Amino acid sequence: MTDLTSLTLAEARKGLAAKNFTSLELTDAHLSAIEKARVLNAFVIETPDQARAMAREADSKIAKGDAGPLAGIPLGIKDLFATRGVRTTACSKILGNFVPTYESTVTSQLWRDGAVMLGKLNNDEFAMGSANETSCFGPVGNPWRREGSNTTLVPGGSSGGSASAVAALLCMGATATDTGGSIRQPAAFTATVGIKPTYGRCSRWGIVAFASSLDQAGPIARSVRDAAMLLRSMAGHDPKDTTSVDIPVPDYEAAIGKSVKGMKIGIPREYRLDGMPAEIEKLWSEGAAWLKAAGAELVEVSLPHTKYALPAYYIVAPAEASSNLARYDGVRYGLREQGKNIIELYENTRAEGFGAEVRRRVMIGTYVLSAGYYDAYYLRAQKVRTLIKKDFEDCFAKGVDAILTPATPSAAFGIGEKGGADPVEMYLNDIFTVTVNMAGLPGIAVPAGKDVQGLPLGLQLIGRPFDEETLFSLGEVIEQAAGRFTPARWW
Amino acid sequence: MSTATHKLLKGSTGDWEMVIGMEIHAQVTSNAKLFSGASTAFGGEPNSHVSLVDVAMPGMLPVINEECVRQAVRTGLGLNAQINLRSVFDRKNYFYPDLPQGYQISQYKSPIVGEGEVIIDLDGGKTATIGIERLHLEQDPGKMLHDRSPSLSYIDFNRSGVALMEIVSKPDIRDAEQAKAYVTKLRSIMRYLGTCDGDMEKGSLRADVNVSVRKPGAPLGTRCEIKNMNSIAFIGQAIEYEARRQIEILEDGGEIEQETRRFDPNKGETRSMRSKEEAHDYRYFPDPDLLPLEFSQDFVDALKAKLPELPDQKKARFVADFGLSAYDASVLVAERESALFYETVLDKLANRARDGKMAANWVINELFGRLNKEGRDITASPVNAGQLAAIIDLIGEGTISGKIAKDLFEIVWQEGGDPRALVESRGMKQVTDLSAIEKVVDDIIAANPDKAAQVKDKPQSLGWFVGQVMKASGGKANPQSVNDLLKSKLGV
Repeated sequence: MTDLTSLTLAEARKGLAAKNFTSLELTDAHLSAIEKARVLNAFVIETPDQARAMAREADSKIAKGDAGPLAGIPLGIKDLFATRGVRTTACSKILGNFVPTYESTVTSQLWRDGAVMLGKLNNDEFAMGSANETSCFGPVGNPWRREGSNTTLVPGGSSGGSASAVAALLCMGATATDTGGSIRQPAAFTATVGIKPTYGRCSRWGIVAFASSLDQAGPIARSVRDAAMLLRSMAGHDPKDTTSVDIPVPDYEAAIGKSVKGMKIGIPREYRLDGMPAEIEKLWSEGAAWLKAAGAELVEVSLPHTKYALPAYYIVAPAEASSNLARYDGVRYGLREQGKNIIELYENTRAEGFGAEVRRRVMIGTYVLSAGYYDAYYLRAQKVRTLIKKDFEDCFAKGVDAILTPATPSAAFGIGEKGGADPVEMYLNDIFTVTVNMAGLPGIAVPAGKDVQGLPLGLQLIGRPFDEETLFSLGEVIEQAAGRFTPARWW
Repeated sequence: MSTATHKLLKGSTGDWEMVIGMEIHAQVTSNAKLFSGASTAFGGEPNSHVSLVDVAMPGMLPVINEECVRQAVRTGLGLNAQINLRSVFDRKNYFYPDLPQGYQISQYKSPIVGEGEVIIDLDGGKTATIGIERLHLEQDPGKMLHDRSPSLSYIDFNRSGVALMEIVSKPDIRDAEQAKAYVTKLRSIMRYLGTCDGDMEKGSLRADVNVSVRKPGAPLGTRCEIKNMNSIAFIGQAIEYEARRQIEILEDGGEIEQETRRFDPNKGETRSMRSKEEAHDYRYFPDPDLLPLEFSQDFVDALKAKLPELPDQKKARFVADFGLSAYDASVLVAERESALFYETVLDKLANRARDGKMAANWVINELFGRLNKEGRDITASPVNAGQLAAIIDLIGEGTISGKIAKDLFEIVWQEGGDPRALVESRGMKQVTDLSAIEKVVDDIIAANPDKAAQVKDKPQSLGWFVGQVMKASGGKANPQSVNDLLKSKLGV
């Protein structure tokens, strides 16, 4: 039964339905894989008892023919999602041992559909990071290594735990969140599939907020089809989140295998960066060729305000974060460091509770919202955001169905290799992904090849608002052409 | 209606004019809070009306309570104000333990209600118009409890997230009387609308008062803001004190420092809380958790169609239909309950065209007078509207005189009962039988020949005879008949 962990979610669903194995067996196989992979530090809390109880429940429903679409499928949950009765910290010291009395809408929909929770996954503190190095629980290891090297690489971030766990076959899929690339970049670094759906597609209720106007939940999975299955359960309107959109959730899986013949694929010239590694360039061309071979039409498009996206993002996101994180003040829950008066209590708590990157962003955000700076920074960044959105709208108005870009400017790097001296070096990881959040569009990262050192690389497809289906159709074409990539086990 | 002149303050260098603007925080009457489903009930154990949203648990999101939006629109309509079909919620960021999110959700650049106006009622039936700058919706914070422990402060989040309307006036108020009349009128309008209960003791209505002084016609002076006033009387006292304080400083050659002050009702003075330099930078920005608030003109029109009659409309109707003076009408409409009482009396009158004005006099003079004397509220009046209407009917139809009516009112007040039956059973009916009255008149003239002789020269002494006859008849003789009989018998 050891190879149960190597199944895709779709294959596992078939096996469970055919009673080839039980959810309990499937769950135990993953629990034991998690135990053996603790060196990766992907899980920050394992919930085996709960997992087995949920698996038994799923088995009994499967036996009764009453199984939900994800019945018995073991998943990992990013620690940003509130889970009732299970510690939820956003991987920040400031939340201490916070145990919510409530369940996030997204996870409650997964449990409604029969999924099993294996535990909580590591992430960058408050989802602020691109390498999963800012977690208070320490960095996550990427299951991938450079050929012939023992250096542990980062899995990307902020959903590093999710990507690492899915790539290392510790869970059949994972929840993740994406504010500037936090699903797509780690998916690209680990040869997994990650989709950030359209803003408003998934409820944000019960997800620890980073930047409210950019945050969006989505899955990281082993295949495009698996991602489609997971998103169908995660998505949907929620009256508790007024930014969630009240339109029906389609059967995303039905988009898999649908012909892409005649679709117009935009290749944005502004994404061709100076000094872009040749292998990224090659990957991009290959991806375009695969789509062309499948009958799609390629067109060069222009997204003229792309170069302003990253600076504008690093104003909007910290501004919102500085306000969203004000609630962590040591007064009601989480960490409290005493002081002589209330101001000292705030200062001591927040100095002790927040890591360096979070403190940096809170300070940037506070600065750009301050009287006298608001117009020059925040207001201007919002204007840039409107222009970026319009770039995409113009492009789609010309009949473009989706846009193809590289997912990241490079493959995974070593822990501690980047951003030590200059945080901007780390921020540049999001160069291809932030525009999508700024415009609120859906974006999928699909593994497409390897670099010269044998590390996975991904391509990104950007779609029209609420047209995730086209991304799944196109993503699967790339997946079929590129094949699946599995890391050699070293842990 | 005539427009009021305002009071100037005398200083050693001449007259000074006060310029006053107010921010009223009015708690919205609603069952649930502005962005959560928790109850808004007053009282209750600390932290018993608190939802996950109200204490800012991680991942919680606000959802607008539509009833609070309707209440704000109704209030805006009551202030004859511009209703903005699109408004935006902003975050006002600051740290305080009673503010769980670390920001208050408020409306900064785009409020739900724009400019409007309020007509205030002043002494002698005079009025003045005060401009409204805006009205916006915002959350109330929680409440710190400092008296539970010697070393710790506790927080009660029951109020956290309760909806407030902040109503900002233009700096159109010119003295303490106008300021008091403004709060009184605003409170009255909202109580008519049912949008705020106006209970100042429970903190449902609080005012921040901005005061500056200037020589009449001079540019505006520097203002000070007196925070969190919860009594109309104190607002008057605080303004008087603050204006005098500022005049004294200016006349001594000093300058007013813009600052926030607090009124101490025990000492009757204002004291500095914080200066402008210590003012917060609130870092307002649009709340990304909430979409802009948008509704249609139809939504507004539907609310407008169902608005109750407001005090100014009611006052105008009372004046037009019943010939009341502007002053009497404004006294009757000032409180919704008083107006309701008067209107119930009107409904029960046999002939309200004839007796409507008399009813107003009775409500204002006899009933309010008596209630005030006993410190009772109109809703606890021992004489109900039906009883008062019956008394007025008896006067109007000539069954009893006004004087007897006062006795009857006293009996009903003390003992209750049906006034008409009381008049019968206690023989209080007015005597209109001329022969019976004539006998009394004859007796009195016969008993006072000297005085009867004098009447021709001194016609004013006729009154003495009227008094004697009325006294002899126990007040039941019809005064007009008595007068007529005496005149003919005495030949005047």
